[in-house]
Amino acid sequence: MSTEEHPIQIPNSTARPLELTDDFSPGETNFIKVDNFKFFYGKKEALHGINLEIPSRRVISFIGPSGCGKSTLLRNFNRMNELIPGVRHEGDITIHGTSIFDPSVEVIALRRRIGMVFQKSNPFPMSIYENIVYPLRIAGQGDRSVHDETVERCLCSAALWDEVKDRLHDSALGLSGGQMQRLCIARAIASSPEILLMDEPCSALDPIATAKVEELIIELKKDFTIVIVTHNMQQASRVSELTAFFYLGNLVEFDETRKIFTNPSKLQTEEYITGRFG
Amino acid sequence: MGGHFSNTGALSTLTQEYRRRPDFFRGACLFACILTVLLLVFIFGEILLKAWPAIHKFGFGFITGTQWSPNREVFGVLPVLIGTIASSFLALLVALPLGLAIALFLSEDFLPDPLRQVIRFVVELLAAIPSVVYGLWGIFVVIPLVQQYGTILSAHFGFLPLLAGPAYGNSLLTASLVLALMVLPTITAISRSSLVVVPYSLREGSYALGATRWETILRVILPTAAPGIVASAILAFGRAMGETMAVAMLIGNSQRLSWSLLSPSNTLSALLANQFAEADGIQISALMYAALLLVALTLVVNLAGEMVLRQTQRATAGLR
Ligand SMILES: Nc1ncnc2c1ncn2[C@@H]1O[C@H](COP(=O)(O)OP(=O)(O)OP(=O)(O)O)[C@@H](O)[C@H]1O
Ligand SMILES: [Mg+2]
Repeated sequence: MSTEEHPIQIPNSTARPLELTDDFSPGETNFIKVDNFKFFYGKKEALHGINLEIPSRRVISFIGPSGCGKSTLLRNFNRMNELIPGVRHEGDITIHGTSIFDPSVEVIALRRRIGMVFQKSNPFPMSIYENIVYPLRIAGQGDRSVHDETVERCLCSAALWDEVKDRLHDSALGLSGGQMQRLCIARAIASSPEILLMDEPCSALDPIATAKVEELIIELKKDFTIVIVTHNMQQASRVSELTAFFYLGNLVEFDETRKIFTNPSKLQTEEYITGRFG
Repeated sequence: MGGHFSNTGALSTLTQEYRRRPDFFRGACLFACILTVLLLVFIFGEILLKAWPAIHKFGFGFITGTQWSPNREVFGVLPVLIGTIASSFLALLVALPLGLAIALFLSEDFLPDPLRQVIRFVVELLAAIPSVVYGLWGIFVVIPLVQQYGTILSAHFGFLPLLAGPAYGNSLLTASLVLALMVLPTITAISRSSLVVVPYSLREGSYALGATRWETILRVILPTAAPGIVASAILAFGRAMGETMAVAMLIGNSQRLSWSLLSPSNTLSALLANQFAEADGIQISALMYAALLLVALTLVVNLAGEMVLRQTQRATAGLR
């Protein structure tokens, strides 16, 4: 595809190092590193060589028109795409400098270090309590006091504790849509992952529930590196510090969110965020 | 009704015509429905009527009595009731794990799809084999096996009441094993359909939390499908209780109370099939009383199964 520059020349943003200006301790700047990463569904190449460095303890949003490969890249971070038959990849993704595709890396262990929240909330048909304890149980943690502590901590983090503390042992399916999604977030952070992946986590929620989840995301970035896929431009600008714009399987632009939304370097980015296509 | 079109000529006649035609079919369907319900009421009433002399004469003692001797006009059906429930329960004990394992293999992608379809077809074919053929197969295959291995078992473990000898070929165990095979398709089909409707998002959610495939199956998929699996077991239990021909050929038709799985026993349906032809007088009435018990028992079991099944469908509908 063409990587036509903006008529008014602005220095290529992906080339210069990111300067993040706020109070948070910077953390590693290349915590997740995507290195010339290509991904194939059968013969179809969905990602055409992505290069991306994600710093830790930030919120990064992936934006771009439908089908551009946002979910595909996101689902590679925890190797969920491997569940689909006939897929393969080229290039590499490293976390903390270790390739996630290294034969010594166990996919189970990888997924425990990376929480994932899906577009449609997917609580298990068990109690609220058991939903959150699930990742602990499969990790072999059977201690009741650890369970109790984790349930309270994660529900508090997910801003759900006050709403459900009196019915922890009721079925999770009795919650409202927004509560279910926050429960799924609580469950995703129960095994204390370092990274939280969210694929359009608010697209099935009403504005109030969305606002709650957004507040939650901003709160959670103190402890997690959060990558969020969203179609909602306001959401991207509200919650994320960095934004990556994808188009047709390419990373077009990656920069500070503020810059992407006020002064993008690429014409395609500008056209997309101003709603001229996508 | 029809007020809108009363003065629009052609349209009006057309509408009326449309109304009249479905009315005929509707009537026919309604008639068939009512007929079915009436038939059920009629059958139940007829059995009750014929059983009445025995109900009047033996009362509740019929159910608790352990002797069945038509010559002395003593009729107690307890051993047969126990045999009915025990044989169905044993059949379930064998068929449920087996059927569930098959259902899992058919719903998960352990095997390539064409192979899964073949297995599914073969299991469903089991349901098409006539009862009497199962009975013959039991006589020629299962009876010799039970006799052979039962003798060995009772020689070593005969001190256990359940395995006390001698090992007759015609026994509770034989009937239960064949019954297990007969109810296998019921369990497999219903369990499988409740397993395949478990939403993919739940599997995905479990994998994303670092669960292995078996952890996902055991902790998420099976519990989600549990009500459907329970329903399949209940319905299979009901089917096993009503099963007649094969059981009558294999169970040994003995009304003696025994703990041993290797001893002959009897079930309500086998009792009816075996004795009705030669029965007269109060024995007919006693058999009708037994039939009434059987109908009541299967009705309760089937109703319970249907209820659980319906609840499952509602619960999983909420998941999607
Ligand atoms: N399971 C799959 N098999 C084959 N092709 C797929 C599969 N999943 C996605 N694709 C293709 O890969 C490309 C990228 O899809 P992806 O789901 O990553 O897009 P997306 O950016 O997340 O879109 P959306 O915003 O609609 O969620 C698309 O062209 C899509 O058709
Ligand atoms: Mg997507």
